[in-house]
Amino acid sequence: MTSVPAVATAHEALTGNPRFSVRGLEFYYGDFHALTGITIDVRENSVTAFIGPSGCGKSTFLRCLNRMNDLIPGTRVEGKITLDGADIYGPGVDPVDLRRRVGMIFQQPNPFPMSIYDNVAFGPRLHGVSKKSELDEIVENALVRANLWKEVKDIMGRGGLTLSGGQQQRLCIARVLAVQPDVLLMDEPCSAIDPTSVQKVEDLMAELKSSVTIIIVTHNMQQAARVSDETAFFLQERQGEAAELIEFGRTAEIFTSPRDRRTEDYITGRFG
Amino acid sequence: MTDPHGRDEATPVSAGSGLKMMSRATYLKEALLKNVFLLCAVMAVAGVALIFLFVGYRGWPVIQNPGLGAFLFGAEWSATYGKFGIAPLVTGTLVVTIGALLLGAPLAIGTAVFLSEIATPGIRRIVRPAVEMLAGVPSVVFGFFGLVIIRPIAAEMTGGMGFGALSASVILAVMIVPTIATLTEDALRSVVPGIREASYAMGATTWQTIYKVLLPAAKIGIIDAIILGMGRAIGETMAVVMVAGNAPQFFKGLGAPIATVTSQIVIDMSYASGDHRTALFGLAIILFMISMGLVALVRALSRLNAKRS
Ligand SMILES: Nc1ncnc2c1ncn2[C@@H]1O[C@H](COP(=O)(O)OP(=O)(O)O)[C@@H](O)[C@H]1O
Ligand SMILES: [Mg+2]
Repeated sequence: MTSVPAVATAHEALTGNPRFSVRGLEFYYGDFHALTGITIDVRENSVTAFIGPSGCGKSTFLRCLNRMNDLIPGTRVEGKITLDGADIYGPGVDPVDLRRRVGMIFQQPNPFPMSIYDNVAFGPRLHGVSKKSELDEIVENALVRANLWKEVKDIMGRGGLTLSGGQQQRLCIARVLAVQPDVLLMDEPCSAIDPTSVQKVEDLMAELKSSVTIIIVTHNMQQAARVSDETAFFLQERQGEAAELIEFGRTAEIFTSPRDRRTEDYITGRFG
Repeated sequence: MTDPHGRDEATPVSAGSGLKMMSRATYLKEALLKNVFLLCAVMAVAGVALIFLFVGYRGWPVIQNPGLGAFLFGAEWSATYGKFGIAPLVTGTLVVTIGALLLGAPLAIGTAVFLSEIATPGIRRIVRPAVEMLAGVPSVVFGFFGLVIIRPIAAEMTGGMGFGALSASVILAVMIVPTIATLTEDALRSVVPGIREASYAMGATTWQTIYKVLLPAAKIGIIDAIILGMGRAIGETMAVVMVAGNAPQFFKGLGAPIATVTSQIVIDMSYASGDHRTALFGLAIILFMISMGLVALVRALSRLNAKRS
């Protein structure tokens, strides 16, 4: 890649090394060119929000970062994405290991049909932890960090699916945190849950960001403004065309003085 | 002309309600159809009831002769000596059914996992209909296949002629694969897609996703599938008759001839009379009760499933 768009300038004032570095990313679903020319740095110890109208490729981009798109036949990636300097699409890279380091939370809470305890212990067991005392500690720790421990500590044997939607979502967060990921990708994590749980999720994001880099896709402008340090605005200008990254910078700047007219239009609710 | 509500003034409107009345012809047609469907349902239930009553009526005298204990637990079935103990037949059914499940269920579940989790859509489009077609092959054809292909191999492995428990189990295994495979595949496909994604996103491999998440999640559906396969194995007659050797004796080894509840009924029915005939109807009652038990089990399981989700 030769030219790096102007997006980088807004970073100057920020501290922290880039955790993810994306350069000239193109993404295809078969013949459909979904993303083009995405260049962005996601800094460690920060929360980055992805905003934009429905269908502009936010989820698609997020799923490039943990190679979940590999599971969809016919998809293709061009360009370069590095995690802590290592090319995640490089030869010999194991997507399974990448996904352990880059956890993901989905819009619909998706706990496994097993007990609360087994849900959280799933990842550690997968990666070879089998000692009960060790697992107990990991599970408790993860549930505390996911802001759920107080609500479930006496019902650990109960099915994860018996919890409320908001609790299920925090259970999924605990399940991911139990494997100590470096990055947490959250795809509209709050759009299907109750307001109390939304509050708890936003609180835990603030607490987690000192140890985990968080990227959140959200449709809620207020939420993006509340929780994120940096914001990226994506837009598919015309139906059937590839979506682009329009503007990326500190959240405060994006929301108060966007440089691009299209960002302003979106934020002030003129489309999308 | 239209009134202010946009209604055409010419349309007849029943007073007050503003809704059209159902015409008499429509009413009669509806009533007739309702009764036709009711009749269908009644006939289905009556059919089952009649069969049950008939078989029960013809079979119940076994309680007096040879007596319930001697009938259920008697170790010898011999028309010549007037001995009608069904224990060897029931154990025969048990042996070939368990054998069929041990061989067939893993194969079928493996096929289902392949179809639902591994095969590309193109391969699935070929394999799935092939498996389904297996279910439509007449059992006498399976019997021939068993006779010509399986029996010689069994003879090689066990010594003897190859007529016996092993051949019967193998052929039944092949026959229950489509039932178990298609139902298991359905169960796997109906697992909420979110948890499959969640598992991969947690860094699970395909194999870990299958055996740690998907198979447990589809467990009840799979047990269901196995029970239905079992029902098929217990009820299957023709193919078994052709390869089992048909000796009503206790299990003496994989190569030894064996008879099952159904195979004994079909072999004896053509010439039996008197107590012998009554005993065969008694056997049919037992078969009836086994299948009803299995159906009840399936229903109990699906209720459990509904309650869990
Ligand atoms: N599995 C898929 N196959 C083909 N096209 C897809 C697939 N998933 C998403 N798309 C298309 O890619 C575009 C971006 O979708 P998505 O990333 O889900 O947008 P967003 O998350 O911003 O709403 C949309 O046009 C969508 O129709
Ligand atoms: Mg999306």
